[in-house]
Amino acid sequence: MMTTNRAILPERGLGDRLSALFWRKPNLLLVLLLAPPVLWLGVVYLGSLVALLIQSFYSIDEFSGVIVPEFTLATYAELLRPSNFDIIVRTVTMAAAVTLGAAVIGFPLAYFAARYARGKWKAVFYLGIMLPLWSSYLVKVYAWKLILAKEGIIGWAVEGLGGSAVLNSVLALPVIGGTSLSTSYIGTWLVFLYVWLPYMILPMQASLERVPVSMLEASSDLGATRWQTFRTVVFPLAMPGIIAGSIFTFSLTLGDYIIPQIIGSSRRFIGQAVYQLQGTAGNVPLAAAFAVVPIVIMVVYLTIARRKGAFDAL
Amino acid sequence: MAFATDTPHMTPAVEFQSVSRHFGAVRAVDGVNLTVAEGEFFAMLGPSGSGKTTCLRLISGFEKPTAGVIRIFGQDSGNTPPNRRNVNTVFQDYALFPHMNVRDNVAYGLMVKGIDRRTRHAKAEEILAVVKLDDYGDRKPGQLSGGQRQRVALARALVNEPQVLLLDEPLGALDLKLREAMQDELKSLQQRLGITFIFVTHDQGEALSMADRVAVFADGKIAQIGTPSEVYTRPRTRFVADFVGSSNVVAPAMAKALGGPEAWASLRPESIRLLPWSKSEIRGSVTAMRYLGSGTRVAVTLPVGEISVLVPAGLPLPNIGDSVGLMLAPNALHPLDGA
Repeated sequence: MMTTNRAILPERGLGDRLSALFWRKPNLLLVLLLAPPVLWLGVVYLGSLVALLIQSFYSIDEFSGVIVPEFTLATYAELLRPSNFDIIVRTVTMAAAVTLGAAVIGFPLAYFAARYARGKWKAVFYLGIMLPLWSSYLVKVYAWKLILAKEGIIGWAVEGLGGSAVLNSVLALPVIGGTSLSTSYIGTWLVFLYVWLPYMILPMQASLERVPVSMLEASSDLGATRWQTFRTVVFPLAMPGIIAGSIFTFSLTLGDYIIPQIIGSSRRFIGQAVYQLQGTAGNVPLAAAFAVVPIVIMVVYLTIARRKGAFDAL
Repeated sequence: MAFATDTPHMTPAVEFQSVSRHFGAVRAVDGVNLTVAEGEFFAMLGPSGSGKTTCLRLISGFEKPTAGVIRIFGQDSGNTPPNRRNVNTVFQDYALFPHMNVRDNVAYGLMVKGIDRRTRHAKAEEILAVVKLDDYGDRKPGQLSGGQRQRVALARALVNEPQVLLLDEPLGALDLKLREAMQDELKSLQQRLGITFIFVTHDQGEALSMADRVAVFADGKIAQIGTPSEVYTRPRTRFVADFVGSSNVVAPAMAKALGGPEAWASLRPESIRLLPWSKSEIRGSVTAMRYLGSGTRVAVTLPVGEISVLVPAGLPLPNIGDSVGLMLAPNALHPLDGA
């Protein structure tokens, strides 16, 4: 039974005292909540990135193998050497191909999930997208090696269906072909696509979910065909999600060194180069310079996307 | 067509022939027949879930009828998708494209028809002037107020010069003052352009004040269709009497007590006058009063039930608990069919 008949209730202990303190000084709570993550972000996260950047401006003494801590652009110049520059071109091309593939495959799925899936089907969608993320990355990649191998299930199925000639002619293609799927760029691309696809679909779906049905109806009402509606309404409104997804797929591919190691030709990607340079070769400055490349590419990419109005719908 | 000049154009703008739209077991629209004449301002009035919005969506093509035929200017619309109907909609949430500025929003209908930028922008500016948004072409929808967005939605729907304009609760999100101003504007715009307007609303005041004719919807069917004054003064069913305005729906026993035949009837609060207790045979006591500004609504409890009386401002008011007499205007009790 309520017996208090007062306009101001008494304090009930620490919880009330703290609440009152935060009410009097609203910024205090904000500072207390933000201080640990900002310290982490500023010192550990960005700080190490700065250290990396600084390393990339040092060079290595070719004879002694000792790092010379003096400012130079020589290390960056080394990136332009044909053998190094090839690695960059190869990696960027692969990342772009993976991103494009993920966008093309992901869009219909994301669209279905955002527009039509309800209740149980929505759960099936999320489960289907997330389930592959629950198992170990390495196990998945090695499993793919077996799937794509010459004697693997794909080769077996294609042979059974009488399509060996088709597979062989695909593998005979210059550059992207190879002796089998597991030793070709096609195989590398397929596995990248498999492991990064969820990171494309989820942000796409989130942005499509925010497009109200009435907007599609309005477009059709005003005389637009399905394709015009897609091009002028759905796609621009989904663009922030597609960009977010492509940041994931693009940068994850740029930095990965395990998949190209296990599946594909022996030609190196940026991640492998970094791994070898900082390890066996002990050339940390060049490794750092290589690591800066994806950062620069992402900055350029986002700047272009912004100029093109990709974020207008945000 | 020289021979037709003297006779009015008889093809109805929109015609429903026993149209139904069922969603599973839910009969959203159930056997509706109606005709909307060309150039008419037609209101579809009803509570939510009564089927009025579904009817509108059947005309625009966003819903397909489960049964029946819808003709737009005499043409069966059965196989025509929304983008090929010369019918445009002002959506309840306006549905403006957030990534385009106001001018491109308005010009959208022309853009998808392949009209060049200069022409369509000129046309968009023209229509923006009609809705008094001359200088807003460069703004994004997010920078506009609710009333301005409503005008952009209107301009965007009018740019295609539709034969029928559909408005889905277009004033619902506006505050009272703006809503009244927009009501007048919509009405005068419709008269100026001569386009058929079909207007969905749950606000009976809006329907009565703007429309040439009103269809009152209940449970997927049309309960009554007629001019505002017909629907208001001579409601056909208890539902219409109850929904349109603030009529008393009078049970047979009460009707008899009020001096009429023993049958369901409607009775407008404004057609009853309060008299001193001794001056009338019909007596009750005042149980509640509500001040409305232009008058006061007085609830009077009779032995057979309660009735509400409107006392215009300026006339003397009773106190709660007073015994009063009632006098009805001649023919005030209006019989309702289908009890």
